Amino acid sequence: MDKGKAIMGSGRRWAVEFTDNSTSNSARDIPDPPGFTRASHDPDDSAVSKQKKDAEANWKAQKAWDVAQSPFKNLCMMGFMMWMSGSTVHLFSIGITFSALWQPVNALRGVDKVFEPYKDNRVDLLAPKLVFTALNLVGLGMGIWKLNTLGLLPTHVSDWVSSIAPAQEVEYSGGGIPLQ
Amino acid sequence: MNMAIRVFLLVLIIFSSICPALCIYEDQVGHMDWHQQYIGKVKHAVFHTQKAARKRVIVSTEENVVASLDLRRGEIFWRHVLGPNDVIDAIDIALGKYVITLSSGGTILRSWNLPDGQMMWESILSGATPSNSLLSIPANLKIGKDDVVFVYGSGCLYAVASIDGEVIWKKELTSEGGNIQQLIYPDGTDIIYAVVLVGLAQFDAYQINVKTGELLKHSSMVFPAGFSGDLSFITSDIAVTLDTTGSVLVAVHFQGGAISFHQTHVSELDRDFSGAAVMLPTKLPGMFALEINKSIVFIKVTNEGKLEVVDTFGRSTAVTESLYLSEGQQAFGLVQQGDGEIILTVKRGDDWKSNLLQETIQMDYQRGIAHKVFVNTYARTDRSNGFRVLIVMEDHSLFLLQQGEIVWSREDGLASVTDVIASELPVEKDGVSVAKVEHNLFEWLKGHLLKLKGTLMIATPDDIAAIQKMRLQSSEKSKMTRDHNGFRKLLIVLTRAGKLFALHTGDGRIMWSLLLDSLRKSETCQNPRGLSLHQWQDPHHHVLDENPSVLVVGRCDHSTDSPGVLSIVDTYTGQERNRMGPAHSITRVIPLPFTDSVEQRLHLLLDVNLQARLYPRTTEALDIFLRELGNIYWYSADVDKGILKGHAVQKNCILEIADSYCFNTRDLWSIVLPSESEKIIATVTRDLNEAVHTQAKVTSDQEVMYKYISKNLLFLATVSPKAVGPTGSVTPEESWLVVYVIDTVTGRILHHMTHHGSQGPVQAVFSENWVVYHYFNLKAHRYEMSVIEIYDQSRLDNKDILKLLLGKHNLTSPITAYSRPEVITKSQSYFFTHSVKTLAVTSTAKGITSKQLLLGTIGDQVLALDKRFLDPRRTINPTQAEKEEGIIPLTDSLPIIPQSYVTHALKVEGLRGITTVPAKLESTTLVFAYGVDLFFTRLAPSRTYDSLTEDFSYALLLITIVGLVIAIFVTWVWSEKKELQEKWR
Repeated sequence: MDKGKAIMGSGRRWAVEFTDNSTSNSARDIPDPPGFTRASHDPDDSAVSKQKKDAEANWKAQKAWDVAQSPFKNLCMMGFMMWMSGSTVHLFSIGITFSALWQPVNALRGVDKVFEPYKDNRVDLLAPKLVFTALNLVGLGMGIWKLNTLGLLPTHVSDWVSSIAPAQEVEYSGGGIPLQ
Repeated sequence: MNMAIRVFLLVLIIFSSICPALCIYEDQVGHMDWHQQYIGKVKHAVFHTQKAARKRVIVSTEENVVASLDLRRGEIFWRHVLGPNDVIDAIDIALGKYVITLSSGGTILRSWNLPDGQMMWESILSGATPSNSLLSIPANLKIGKDDVVFVYGSGCLYAVASIDGEVIWKKELTSEGGNIQQLIYPDGTDIIYAVVLVGLAQFDAYQINVKTGELLKHSSMVFPAGFSGDLSFITSDIAVTLDTTGSVLVAVHFQGGAISFHQTHVSELDRDFSGAAVMLPTKLPGMFALEINKSIVFIKVTNEGKLEVVDTFGRSTAVTESLYLSEGQQAFGLVQQGDGEIILTVKRGDDWKSNLLQETIQMDYQRGIAHKVFVNTYARTDRSNGFRVLIVMEDHSLFLLQQGEIVWSREDGLASVTDVIASELPVEKDGVSVAKVEHNLFEWLKGHLLKLKGTLMIATPDDIAAIQKMRLQSSEKSKMTRDHNGFRKLLIVLTRAGKLFALHTGDGRIMWSLLLDSLRKSETCQNPRGLSLHQWQDPHHHVLDENPSVLVVGRCDHSTDSPGVLSIVDTYTGQERNRMGPAHSITRVIPLPFTDSVEQRLHLLLDVNLQARLYPRTTEALDIFLRELGNIYWYSADVDKGILKGHAVQKNCILEIADSYCFNTRDLWSIVLPSESEKIIATVTRDLNEAVHTQAKVTSDQEVMYKYISKNLLFLATVSPKAVGPTGSVTPEESWLVVYVIDTVTGRILHHMTHHGSQGPVQAVFSENWVVYHYFNLKAHRYEMSVIEIYDQSRLDNKDILKLLLGKHNLTSPITAYSRPEVITKSQSYFFTHSVKTLAVTSTAKGITSKQLLLGTIGDQVLALDKRFLDPRRTINPTQAEKEEGIIPLTDSLPIIPQSYVTHALKVEGLRGITTVPAKLESTTLVFAYGVDLFFTRLAPSRTYDSLTEDFSYALLLITIVGLVIAIFVTWVWSEKKELQEKWR
């Protein structure tokens, strides 16, 4: 009883992975049975598989382009939101602006990650990446532009002189009406 | 930077949505403000102790206050402050229930209800010739049905019904300008005697019918040698006076209309007599007092008319009027000065030798000598006479003595504050903290739990009372050391009596007081008075080893050329550290912007000969001064001649005794105002210690305007000579007001403007780069306030951001007034409902917080008005951006928001001045308003954006945090469980 409980408690002891299709030997502890070759390639299948791979590459390329263009939609939406939020400083407009700045920055930081699934030797990801980056930069620019229209960028003289202390005076003068 | 402002604005908006309003709630009254009521130096006192009702004493004071005081505790039952020109001449009680006051040179007679102080009636007794005034209330005299009051004022004698103030009859007595010395009404007769002195040589006696005012008999006699003034009345038909030389006593007998003079030389009474004797105003039975050779001599008049000396006292002796005892006898009191004590004697009028009472009472030396004494009697349990004595001391404080003890005392010297300066408290360190006030954690928690209850509205009435009490008695605010926020300070006030008080800002209690010897009457200094207070030493770097001190400037007499006196007083201990004078005259005190190695501020004192003297008199100070000599200027404004002159300090002056601290001055420039069209009525300069945060003002369209900030600017207001009088005395066509803004280094007029049809009085305040002034517009029949803002145009070309970024600009380099910077001014005027007694502006530590104007209204309250309402950039329709910047649409008059009365429901009676002191906390400024009353509070013009409110519930915050932590923990456990179940599925 105690033993059974212990077994239940510690969970499963062993399992068989039937879907294991890795090719390398070293990944597994148990050696393959004799006469079994894992890498049994059917030469007849190669043409089909090549075709299949081409299709996949095409599909990946297409997808990559889709992803590359996806910030455009975002841009449109962001533009609309910015237009809606107006040019006065309040919670909503600040939120919009900061998300407009944050999204492109975040996206740019993770460019490689975004295109990771479409990584393929036969797919040229440079162009989609460039488009993606460019679109995000446009988004960033819009954010900065918005920041500027909100007056939160120090681009005016007023931003630099507003805390300059009054200049010292050389002369000093006092006096007035005689004390009564 | 702009971003910082925007974010700050955002925070402000969030905060403003939290704080409901600028005003305070009812239960916050007394939390950070205090109010003290005073009456001033008592002139007359009338006791009212006859009935079983509450015993009280009616007093009139030199601050023109008539008040009823509780005789048991000295509290004010009621009080009325008459106008500054309505000087009270006499008070008395009529019919046992009305207080009668005679004021304004005997022209206004008022009656007040004794229990509650309501005014019963007022009579204006107008007469032609100014004269002295007398009030006499006979005990049992009725004309018809009315009890009557006799009043003499403006050369006329009136009989006034005491019930309704109707004038029963009026008799013009003196066409030649004489003064009635005494009204004598022998009980039960129909005749009143009036004794008149005309032109110091003629003695007149009138007999007047009391019922009709008919003149029955008039006798007159001329005394060729002339009288010296005051008459002392010995009995109802003998008066004594001195001749003009002050060496001959003249006894005047005027019995039954016949006048005769009897002369006695003073030297017959006192062999050592020399010089002149002075008659002291006394009302003693069969006796009078003379001041001879600095001592007071009491002289008795015997029944045969002979004079004999009774006793001689020192000069500082005060005598009461005679008092009728129950058996028809008379008594009077004498107060003599001892060493640290006073000796009170009550004597019978007919028997000098024996004393009814003699007591010695300990009296603080800081109280000075007794100035006035009033005596009152009461029946003891053994039916003998007990006496209570009201004493007015030299420092204007008031004492009631009874049975050899001080029953109560009042610090009424504080009713006549002439100058105020704030001083820091000692830094908290071991052994310095005077009051131990920290309470333990349990009490702290309990207090916060109570507050939490209050916040959650589950507090019982008892709890609420406890919360309120806790707030008011917050011991934190009355500690004797500096606090983090800088709310606790000392207010050093100088009173007219020449006494310095240090008041704690937390609760207004007196920390120390000092009667300055230099401001006391002495041989060398006959009529001394304090002129001003200045910060002498304000240590910042030497906080631990130097005490701050103040400079008290005084003068020995009323004329400007009389010698001056100086005192330096330590503000921690209240001891006089140093004293100078009587020395040269003092007409102006200029604190210089330099301090020596122990942080003593250099002061330049100017005398009537335009010679400047440097203080402190040390070689180090002299070195500093000589180094800066070329840059020190001063200006003088001569109100009588209408000349404004600029001067520079030159080399040492040529005196008989060489004085290296004395400097000659030379004239640099002068502005002569045409005397036929302009007369100076007001000058205002900026406060020396005012902090200004920035020189730039950013407008809504991101443009910059540079403020013209200079400490050497003078605002000068002149009116046409005809318009100097009171409002309404001149037509709008012949009245105008001209205002100038003048640079006092170069004499350059930066701005001037004429307000046609306007009149003074002008109240003004100068701060940063703006002036606000208040005057009367005769055409519109309304008061107006105007604002002038001055901007520097010469700095506008600093437009290159890159240069600014790299710090390559000349905005912070020192500027000279001789560079004649181009300035523009903007100004705007608004109507204002109130007339204003005084104007002040809030000041904060760094000058970042927006400003509020503090107006002392005619109703003796202090009103706060945002400077934003006085902004020359206001337009009728401001753009969206301007609105965002905080520009209010232009209206023709300034709004008065009832909630912004700083004094809330209180009145600062007889308001004379408002002083603001910055706290260490940038948002907060301390406000002290003084007049007959004192009022202190804290103000936050932009709300307390840099601190939590004092009733912020830390307990609530703590509970919320704990609750959140528990919630996080619970949800975490839940989520773990749920995840496990998900995995098992």
